[in-house]
Amino acid sequence: MSEHPKFHLPVMLPVRPVATSTACLVATLSSRWGLLAILSGLALCLGLEQAWAQQDMAAFSIWEAIVKWTPLIFWGTGQGLGGFVLNIWVSVLAMTIGTCLGLMLGIGQVSPHRVLRWPSWAVTQLFRNSPWLVLLFYFMMLLPYEIRILGFSVPFSGWFKATVALSLPVMANISEIVRGAILSIPTGQWESAESLALTRRQTMWRIILPQCVKRMIPPWMNWYCILVMSTPLISILGVQDAMTLTQDALAAEGRMELLIPFYLWLMLWFFAYTYPIARWTRRLESRFAVKL
Amino acid sequence: MKTWTPSEPIISISNVHKAYGSFQVLKGVSLDVKKGEVVCIIGPSGSGKSTLIRCINGLNDIQSGSIRVEGMEVNDPKLDKLALRKNVGIVFQQFNLFPHKTVLENVMMAPVIVLKQARTEVEQRARALIAKVRLEGKENAYPGELSGGQQQRVAIARCLAMAPDIMLFDEVTSALDPETVNEVLSTIKDLAQEGMTCILVTHEMGFAREVADHIYFTDKGVIVEHGPPDVFFANPKDPRTREFLGKVL
Ligand SMILES: Nc1ncnc2c1ncn2[C@@H]1O[C@H](COP(=O)(O)OP(=O)(O)OP(=O)(O)O)[C@@H](O)[C@H]1O
Ligand SMILES: [Mg+2]
Repeated sequence: MSEHPKFHLPVMLPVRPVATSTACLVATLSSRWGLLAILSGLALCLGLEQAWAQQDMAAFSIWEAIVKWTPLIFWGTGQGLGGFVLNIWVSVLAMTIGTCLGLMLGIGQVSPHRVLRWPSWAVTQLFRNSPWLVLLFYFMMLLPYEIRILGFSVPFSGWFKATVALSLPVMANISEIVRGAILSIPTGQWESAESLALTRRQTMWRIILPQCVKRMIPPWMNWYCILVMSTPLISILGVQDAMTLTQDALAAEGRMELLIPFYLWLMLWFFAYTYPIARWTRRLESRFAVKL
Repeated sequence: MKTWTPSEPIISISNVHKAYGSFQVLKGVSLDVKKGEVVCIIGPSGSGKSTLIRCINGLNDIQSGSIRVEGMEVNDPKLDKLALRKNVGIVFQQFNLFPHKTVLENVMMAPVIVLKQARTEVEQRARALIAKVRLEGKENAYPGELSGGQQQRVAIARCLAMAPDIMLFDEVTSALDPETVNEVLSTIKDLAQEGMTCILVTHEMGFAREVADHIYFTDKGVIVEHGPPDVFFANPKDPRTREFLGKVL
């Protein structure tokens, strides 16, 4: 690009070295892990610089604090699930529940029977348009601490209630994805299946839904990323997730200069987990876009 | 319900009315088809040919009149749709193959999951049908990998796998390239010669003249004129028929 005559204007000359280093940066950025490395370095430098400004020799002790607390924030206290691992587990579980329920609701939304279609639509709209945090509080209050089934008591721990609450907006959005995908299949598919005497249910599960999977996967993965990034919300309910434990660690240290480095560090974990998924989603999207 | 005997018309349509909203598509259509007969329906676009043919296997419902297929009243709410559709196959203009299934799976699907026949036996039959429509070697191809003419022949094989007594064809060559039209038509001709009862909606006048036992001409939801092909084409009586034939021939 610098070979173009337009860029030989004298005023542009001092800029050129910067431009080449930018090109270098872009090249590094285009590799997924290069980008991650740069971002994490940048984040830590930012944090350290901040500390430097405040307390001359404190930078090294910030590193020490991070190293010290990282295992706790990652794995939790060791009693049951906790930390970042719990965030991931909650996201996986909420996604599974949300996907199963959302599939049912989405199919319900295109049902020829009004008694199925109408409630499915209503439930979908309700949970699609509710703030996630409000849902979390609501289900925290609504669900009991344990339920008794046939004499057995099944405890509902805080994180499980939070998982159920998070799965509901996911369910509603998956329901819309499923509905949209089903409606995008040409009616000729329904007609030819019907003329071959397949029942509606057989047509749905064997003809229509298998064709929907392709177009549903990218938006589905997209919602998974959104869900992962929403899991720190559960810290407000006192669940021992990465966010809660970061706050606990900060409280224990009681040092203002640790705030920014610690939250940046946590941010990076989420980024490192969701960014590859987002990249992969983009790849699938472009692949399917060409094929369909 | 009285049982049907092969000496009676296999399809008996009388005074059928059908409307979409306030728009009358069929305004009292009657026609009979005998077993083994090949009937062609021709007429201008929008005259209700597709609608009529789809009513025969219950894809469209009718407002009044009666359609009987092998003695079954198609419009009867208590009708066993499986029994009807097992006996009446339909091939569409747009093929409508299942794109996520191979040719073989497309052909095997209905007998296996609807009629619950044994897979191995169905597969044998399916392979024979694929050979019959001259597509040996394409069993494991996906519909997207086939030409239009090949896809349409798969659609025909898929219908035949249900071993129907009647085949309905709705402008099955209209979406095809001119060079592939003939391969589909010759497949249909084979079927007709084997004694399959066929109702064809077609714009291929030469083909209609060659294979049909009887031609019906529809316009604006009514049957204007009908007769055996030599009489029909040589000496059309109604001015509307003459005008239409003048345009297409
Ligand atoms: N689902 C529908 N809803 C409303 N109107 C319809 C519907 N299907 C068909 N029609 C109308 O009914 C009339 C007859 O349609 P039909 O498809 O039976 O015509 P056709 O004779 O098959 O025409 P062509 O030769 O173009 O296929 C047309 O005017 C069409 O617009
Ligand atoms: Mg038509």
